[in-house]
Amino acid sequence: MASTIRIRAVSSGDTTEVQALVQHPMDSGFVKDAQGNLIPPHYIQVVEFEHAGKAVFTAYWGPAVSKDPYIKFSFKGAQKGDDLTVSWVDNKGATDSLVGKIQ
Amino acid sequence: MRRAVSLALALFCLAAPPASAADTVNPKADFKAFRDYFTKRFPNVPLNDFVNGPYSMDAELRKQWVEIDAFPPYQFALDKGKQMFDTPFPNGKTYGDCFPNKGIGIRQNYPFFDAKSGEVITLDVALNQCRQANGEEPFDYTKDDMAALTAYMAYTSRGKLFDIKIPNDRRALAAYQKGEEYFYTRRGQLNFSCASCHVQSPGDHIRTEVLAPALGIVAALPIYRSEWGGMGTTSRRLITCNSQVRGVPLKPEDELYRDVEYYLSYMSNGLPISGPGARP
Amino acid sequence: MDNNNSSRETSERSGPTRRVIVQGAIAGSLAGLGLAGVAPLSRARAAADASKWPKDAFAQKTEADAIKALYAGKMPEASDKVNLDAPEIAENGAVVPISVSTTLPDVTSIAILVSENPFPLAANYPIQPGTSPMVANRLKMAKTSKVIALVASGDKVFSASKEVKVTVGGCGG
Ligand code: HEC
Repeated sequence: MASTIRIRAVSSGDTTEVQALVQHPMDSGFVKDAQGNLIPPHYIQVVEFEHAGKAVFTAYWGPAVSKDPYIKFSFKGAQKGDDLTVSWVDNKGATDSLVGKIQ
Repeated sequence: MRRAVSLALALFCLAAPPASAADTVNPKADFKAFRDYFTKRFPNVPLNDFVNGPYSMDAELRKQWVEIDAFPPYQFALDKGKQMFDTPFPNGKTYGDCFPNKGIGIRQNYPFFDAKSGEVITLDVALNQCRQANGEEPFDYTKDDMAALTAYMAYTSRGKLFDIKIPNDRRALAAYQKGEEYFYTRRGQLNFSCASCHVQSPGDHIRTEVLAPALGIVAALPIYRSEWGGMGTTSRRLITCNSQVRGVPLKPEDELYRDVEYYLSYMSNGLPISGPGARP
Repeated sequence: MDNNNSSRETSERSGPTRRVIVQGAIAGSLAGLGLAGVAPLSRARAAADASKWPKDAFAQKTEADAIKALYAGKMPEASDKVNLDAPEIAENGAVVPISVSTTLPDVTSIAILVSENPFPLAANYPIQPGTSPMVANRLKMAKTSKVIALVASGDKVFSASKEVKVTVGGCGG
């Protein structure tokens, strides 16, 4: 199956700018389906970005983060060609992860 | 000149569809009147920006779009479309085999008038014809698979300029004219034509939305709409527009929908493909 | 992406076409197209750890309670060094682009609250040393609401807020 994660990490000088998009419904638990039943909450709770074995960024999300969530941040200390690992876990325990290369 | 006048009337009165005798059809004159109308009415909008729909009309909306388009929500559809496009049918052929230039960078030439069938063929219809020629079931014209494929094909054509041809064939001219008439004809409980919203009122708010100008209005299709939480094809968009005036929508890719797309695409000649688009 | 979209759409073909996409090792071949590869070549072990998720703060139903849960009772001070970028009028409450940055030193976390959402805490970002105190994300807003950016800097908490009008609601959050 295709990864749920898309990442762009671009280094300029000593800073790497990271943008990621994750395919996920991020159901808030407040929306009803066509039959009028509440769709139970289903959302990513933690996204972790690691570089060289070290966490560089963590996101803690609640159900108010939009569908197919997006995140952008920057960190120092990485070089072009380095690996950047992204992983997420949602409130039902589902996970996905991906290793991207810094451009 | 007569045509220009009748178009101008249609633009301003939004009631009378243009004159209908086939030999008065003059797409070139319509084109000029249409282009002049929008460029005069919106002198500060760069011509190529009309393809960005509501965002060409509203700075506050535009800023949000720029942020959203930095990593657009249609990315997943695009990736899926590319994978579908590149995956051969069981017989070994691919979508690319059905199209000129292997299907890459050709969106700007659709819809076209097909002399064999005497009908307007949109990209969506051509894709289903391709599927059927290769023994596959056609896709639903309103659903995600079709949106993904057309998103990918639009993407490979970004920046290419609309180049819609209306051959000197009575049937082609008639299709063009039917599309034009459909565009200016009032319908639905609210008694609005397409032009009431997209010619008379671009930039205005209707409920919560900002209306796109008719010039370039087909360039960004298919679109991801936050309101839908997903992708929509051309048919899905037109059906939604019909429903907004509490009208009865046509069938997806109905002949009249194809004709109106033909008309609007011809009016967009020279403007760049910007699809797939992200929309509110 | 460049702001001058009109030029992007014409011959320049920057924007997505020039975007650098990272996707496993196939990035190189597809980067020119701006399309991510379909199958990543490597998947890391899952590192995201749900046990660290601040459950209590996310469960609070008022802004005040969420802040209390986040900062152990410390009260935030308004600061013009906290920059909150959010639209005046959200194009759609389902997807509201919001970013926060700060010039404050020693930042250890950035949190974003939407006061009128059923659960006001939308996101909380611990900031590691070496990570810029800046984050951009997209949030759902049920209705017109104050949005609050909170920055923990040193042993204090600073804030900035802005009213964002929502005409199409984002179905809660
Ligand atoms: C009641 C007003 C109204 C009428 C009538 C209407 N539309 Fe729309 N249309 C909208 C709204 C609202 C949108 C979404 C916002 C926007 O893009 O303008 C839209 C969007 C579109 C779009 C997508 C534009 C883009 O860039 O995303 C197309 C194409 C379109 N309409 C075509 C038509 C056609 C063809 C008709 C006639 C069959 C029609 N519309 C009738 C209101 C209307």
